[in-house]
Amino acid sequence: MSDDNENSTIATGGGFGLSHDSWGRLVLIDSTGRRHSGVEPVRAFPIADPQHWISICDAEGRELVLVEDLENVPPAVRQVLEDELARREFVPHVRRIIKVSTDVEPSEWEVETDRGPTRFLLNSGDDIRRLSPFSALLIDVHGTRYLIEDTRQLDAHSRRVLELYL
Amino acid sequence: MDDVTPTPANSGAWKALSDVWRPRTASLLAPGEVLLAWFEADLDDRLRYASRLVLLTDRRLVAVDDPEAAKQLALSANGAAGNLAPVGGFRQWPHQPTLTLRLKELGGLGTLELFDETGRLAVWRYTPTRNSAAHRLVQRFEGLGETDGDWEAEDAVLACPGCGVPLAPDQTECAACTGVSAAPNVSSLVRLGRFARRHFGMVAVGFVLSVSATAAGLIPTYLTMPLMNDVLIPHQNGEAVNFGVVPWYLAGMAGAAIAAWLLGWGRTYTLAWVAERIAGDLRTAAFAHLQKLSLEFFGGKRTGDLISRLGSDTDRICFFLSVNFLDFAGDILMIVMTAGVLFKLDPALAAFTLLPLPFIGWLVHRVRDRLKRGFQHGGRAWSELTSVLADTIPGVRVVKAFAQERREIERFRRANDHVIHANDRVNATWSFFGPLVTLLTEAGLLVIWAFGVYYIAQNQVNVGMLSVFLLYNLRFYARLDSMSRMVAASQRAAVSAQRVFDILDRVPSVAEPARPVQTGQLQGQIELRNIGFKYGTRTVLKDVNLTIQAGEMIGLVGPSGSGKSTLVNLVCRFYDVSEGSILVDGTDIRSFAIDEYRQHIGVVLQEPFLFYGTIAENIAYGRPNASRAEIIAAAKAARAHEFILRLTDGYDSLVGERGQSLSGGERQRISIARALLIDPVILILDEATSSVDTQTEREIQEALDYLVQGRTTIAIAHRLSTLRRADRLVVLERGRIVEVGQHDELLKGTGAFARLHQAQLEMAHGDASP
Repeated sequence: MSDDNENSTIATGGGFGLSHDSWGRLVLIDSTGRRHSGVEPVRAFPIADPQHWISICDAEGRELVLVEDLENVPPAVRQVLEDELARREFVPHVRRIIKVSTDVEPSEWEVETDRGPTRFLLNSGDDIRRLSPFSALLIDVHGTRYLIEDTRQLDAHSRRVLELYL
Repeated sequence: MDDVTPTPANSGAWKALSDVWRPRTASLLAPGEVLLAWFEADLDDRLRYASRLVLLTDRRLVAVDDPEAAKQLALSANGAAGNLAPVGGFRQWPHQPTLTLRLKELGGLGTLELFDETGRLAVWRYTPTRNSAAHRLVQRFEGLGETDGDWEAEDAVLACPGCGVPLAPDQTECAACTGVSAAPNVSSLVRLGRFARRHFGMVAVGFVLSVSATAAGLIPTYLTMPLMNDVLIPHQNGEAVNFGVVPWYLAGMAGAAIAAWLLGWGRTYTLAWVAERIAGDLRTAAFAHLQKLSLEFFGGKRTGDLISRLGSDTDRICFFLSVNFLDFAGDILMIVMTAGVLFKLDPALAAFTLLPLPFIGWLVHRVRDRLKRGFQHGGRAWSELTSVLADTIPGVRVVKAFAQERREIERFRRANDHVIHANDRVNATWSFFGPLVTLLTEAGLLVIWAFGVYYIAQNQVNVGMLSVFLLYNLRFYARLDSMSRMVAASQRAAVSAQRVFDILDRVPSVAEPARPVQTGQLQGQIELRNIGFKYGTRTVLKDVNLTIQAGEMIGLVGPSGSGKSTLVNLVCRFYDVSEGSILVDGTDIRSFAIDEYRQHIGVVLQEPFLFYGTIAENIAYGRPNASRAEIIAAAKAARAHEFILRLTDGYDSLVGERGQSLSGGERQRISIARALLIDPVILILDEATSSVDTQTEREIQEALDYLVQGRTTIAIAHRLSTLRRADRLVVLERGRIVEVGQHDELLKGTGAFARLHQAQLEMAHGDASP
């Protein structure tokens, strides 16, 4: 998607700085030198293109800076930005599916993730969102997301379970 | 004019005249008289179907009431003035300023009246099929004395031979005259062959496998005869027998059975594969065709019916092809081969065996028609049922709000009863038919036993031969029995196929031109030239003339039902005009390829429709290859960017049927971004802000103001205040333009717009004061 960059009409976040203040809030210093505290970084395409188009909004949700490509951000600022984004995202990656009750909806899933084993409820098969031929996002009844990065990496049993839904 | 063209044959109207009328009309016209228009009324005074011709020439108006009498009459060159009395089947009125023609159309009946200063001179009545032709006659009558050259040019290009209605360039058939498309009169199952052709290789393989499997299946039975005659019977009779050949016979039988199994497996798989492809292709073809049909088609169809045709009907065809058709082909092969073997063994016995066959054939023929009618009935009942579902499920909020669940259940139950009833009728037919075939089968076996015993007693055949016959016949009649079931299945599939072909045979009423003109880069100048539009018998638009400059913003106002939405639908070419033409940059829009033309048009509707998918996909709906930067830019311009960022998945959030539910204003801003992204030359805003509150309207308005810049815009709005930025306002009333002008200019006047504005002000005041 980097070939899209040339015809972009949006200013990429050049001169801006990021830091934390003593209350732990994220502070943005924009190109005019103004300080905005309590800003929030948001990925515009968290699934399709997480490394591009990161928007930094103020507490009211107004956009202050739109970063087109993280590569173009100075390493120090980028570090802060990526840490902050990582702290906001809780998407366990499913490594193994242990058990699924498939006969009735909602179905109960027992899985092993990169953040440890867990169990959750899926309302229906519609809550499994296919992202690509080999990856999928599961959204449980509480809105928590679980990512299956690559079904080919899973064991045979997990693949058989998923085959029903994908 | 007279000296140049003495014959009437050169006029365009003349060419369009039907062959029936042409010789009769020729005798009526004087030398040098030019036929300008004609109109064939199709009812008489007492509203019975009859043919009445009205001719408009450059000299007079002629009415031919009796076509037969007209044939014998010739008229003197200078049609005597004042000759108003009916003369032998025709009447005539020379042109004079006091003559007026008037049209009335009401409730599917049209009346054309001719008046002069003394009163009514003549009346013609006609059905709505003649509406356009009547309008045309009146138009030309009123335009007498103006330049005739235009008409000639017009006539030379366009005219339907049936009714004289002008045709679009490249349009070969008149939409008013051609009713239902003529479906090829072959069985719809045969027409499925078109879809099988693509998979010819696999079909051929399947056929070869089928023949071999059937042949292999016959071998074990055939081997029974030598086993009986050469081994078992001699042994029973106390003769010394060579049991050494028995294993060979048995091995042969086993081998043939295994071969038949393997071949049958291959055959079933191959043909099921082909059936799945055929049904799949049929579904895709039907859906692709459906997408090409105009809005008019969808307006008259129920969603449930279409879904059931595309869904369950194609599935039924697939099931038939993969299961029943396979059996059927196998059965036919088996029957033919068995019959061959039987005749080879003993022609006389074989002839007796096949005795019940013609009777079964006759029975099948009788039953087939009954079943076909039954299944047609069933198919319609099923559509009815699906329609109830398609109605009720999206409208569930209304159902619940009015506490009408019970009624909907009742409606569903009634539709369901209908299905059951229809199926009962079919079941009654074939439940009788199936066992009857079984009975005939038994009869066939009985015949063989009787003749077999008789023949054996006469020593004409041996026991081995008889047992082979019996074995073959068991098979034979078992096949016949399954074929009788096949009759029902094939009729059901034929009806399903017919229902799918119904869609495929429908000719789009908005026709693609045969040789489309390239649109190129359009400027966006729109000219509505004398356009008229009818929906059924209702005239929605009439004689609308308007030129919109490139980049101009036009506000369309008027009461509900005044034809505003129809007008923009015509500009979008969702429908085609009934009369006149719409030109963009001087070219008739009917000569552009439809999809190429629509790429230049952006539409924002009152109820934005978002498809199931991500927000990014919805914004990029008109240009799927748009880059993310462009999507963000469009969303920002439409004031949608920031609320999208607040969603959990940003631009990747799912919208549509499920997923993130957005508010009306948010959905509208996404649809504005969608229109912005395709960067259209022409923009249509159809009540874009009327379904939202004032606060949201202000937000949307901001986005809209950005959107209209530099584009030819036609905006419809109920709230007149939202059209303040329009360059000109066009006020429509009952399908006609009644006022055109700038906002302030119109306000100062006392016309329709000033009245509308006043009414809205009063409403607003009424709302404000308690």
